[in-house]
Amino acid sequence: MSEATAPGTLLLSVQDVTVRFGALTALSAVSLEIRRGEIVAIIGPNGAGKTTLLNVISGFYQPDAGRIVFDGQDRTRLRPPDVAALGIARTFQNVALFKGMSVLDNLMTGRLMKMRSHFLLDAVYWGPARREELRHRKFVEGIIDFLEIQAIRKMPAGKLPYGLQKRVELGRALAAEPTLLLLDEPMAGMNVEEKEDMSRFILDVNGEFGTTIALIEHDMGVVMDISDRVAVLDYGRKIADGPPEQVRKDQAVLDAYLGTAHE
Amino acid sequence: MSSLLHAVFVAPFLDMAGSPTFFAEVFLGGVATGLMYSLVALGFVLIFKASGVFNFAQGTMVLFAALTLVGLMERGVPVVPALVLTMAVMVALAFAIERIVLRPLVNQEPIILFMATIGLNFFLEGFGEMLWGSNVKRLDIGIPDQSFMVAGIQLNQLEMSAAGTAAVMVTVLAVFFQRTRIGRALRAVADDHEAALSIGIPLKTIWIIVWSVAGLVAIVAGVMWGAKSGVQFSLSLIALKALPVLILGGFTSVPGAIVGGLIIGVGEKIGEVYWGPLVGGAIENWFAYVLALVFLLFRPQGLFGEKIIERV
Repeated sequence: MSEATAPGTLLLSVQDVTVRFGALTALSAVSLEIRRGEIVAIIGPNGAGKTTLLNVISGFYQPDAGRIVFDGQDRTRLRPPDVAALGIARTFQNVALFKGMSVLDNLMTGRLMKMRSHFLLDAVYWGPARREELRHRKFVEGIIDFLEIQAIRKMPAGKLPYGLQKRVELGRALAAEPTLLLLDEPMAGMNVEEKEDMSRFILDVNGEFGTTIALIEHDMGVVMDISDRVAVLDYGRKIADGPPEQVRKDQAVLDAYLGTAHE
Repeated sequence: MSSLLHAVFVAPFLDMAGSPTFFAEVFLGGVATGLMYSLVALGFVLIFKASGVFNFAQGTMVLFAALTLVGLMERGVPVVPALVLTMAVMVALAFAIERIVLRPLVNQEPIILFMATIGLNFFLEGFGEMLWGSNVKRLDIGIPDQSFMVAGIQLNQLEMSAAGTAAVMVTVLAVFFQRTRIGRALRAVADDHEAALSIGIPLKTIWIIVWSVAGLVAIVAGVMWGAKSGVQFSLSLIALKALPVLILGGFTSVPGAIVGGLIIGVGEKIGEVYWGPLVGGAIENWFAYVLALVFLLFRPQGLFGEKIIERV
């Protein structure tokens, strides 16, 4: 493994990023560093700017100020498809699956970036394009096994229960073999058992594929269990950043969550 | 009373059975017209699938394509180069529409985009007439408007060539969008814009591809209808016939556009020939709309459209 891709080296650096929506400042001069191989949790009360931060990293919002450096390259002004091409995959807070497609097709579509033959040449489906399709199919079947969703692979994604939809969405992101995986509340609306499954998958993805993961989560138990580092946002500012046990005792964090006035 | 029932429910079927050759001629004529409706409807479906926009300008695109082709040919360009140039013009138009109309309006309500296509409709109409003039033009593509006989059935050469071309075009497009990766990307864009973007599907490219294909479909439709009835303003009105086809087939379904077109084409021809005399004719003019109305009442999602379930 070369120096630049070794675990622990800097992968993504968000530098003093500010995002405004009209008069509202959703993020104000937020900086965050993510190192290779880490699981970083981004937490904070509702409206703290967590999803905004994820949207800036994945190119859905453009920062009004600040810089974003990924893998040593400035990529502040990139659009979502370019970000995906760099190896950043994401899931959405309210599950954004291709509801009319089967689970298998959802995952195959997620693999689009990895398909080598050109978009337009692909109009000829036979020959090389077909062989390539089969190769990708094999990879996707691997993910299906990994996420234990063999039984539902032919089902339309929109017909699945919510917990499974979240799992399929994770699968679609994994199909792109991302370097950095961004998960927006991967366990929202899940029961205890589903949360345990999802935690296990996240840890396995990190452990087996070495994927760097940044996730937004509300369940503190889960956050403390699976993350290497926790960053806390409140009113668009970062108020804490460190190992879980340290953040848990941080006075500013306690104030943000419990409210200073009610002590 | 019973004679009326007999005239409506018995006599037409006796006529059909009495002269199977004539019935076959009527039926095939209906298939030919129906495929042409399908072709126009397909242009709508492609754009609606990929961008959720109902393209009001589709009919005018047909007119514009035909005007461009005739205009070029009138200036001495031979048929084949003129066709290639017209294709280039329609692709250029797709690029321009993406850049000038769609991109600034991304994430707007569908109704806003619909209004934009109304604007596009008037622009294309005026621009086409400014460039090529507004008088009725004859389009001669070298296929004579004559009849020939197959197995005792009289067929029109122009109509059958048109039907053949439409059938090939429709098949190629269906395969293209069902079986290739672009088709998958297209369906992804139709299902969820944000998710499609996040996995690296460039929305702009998809839009340019669909509008280009819709432009090419418009050329074929324009040439076929133009050769039949002359290139004139009324060509843009065939879009009105595509509307009931869409309601029958479902706005998002390629097979739906084909089957819907065939049902309406065959239905209106048979209705006109066998039931027309009872009501003094002109069934052809309203059959499609009445059928669409019935579908709206009993199956609003169309034959192949996705079922609409509103959760409250």
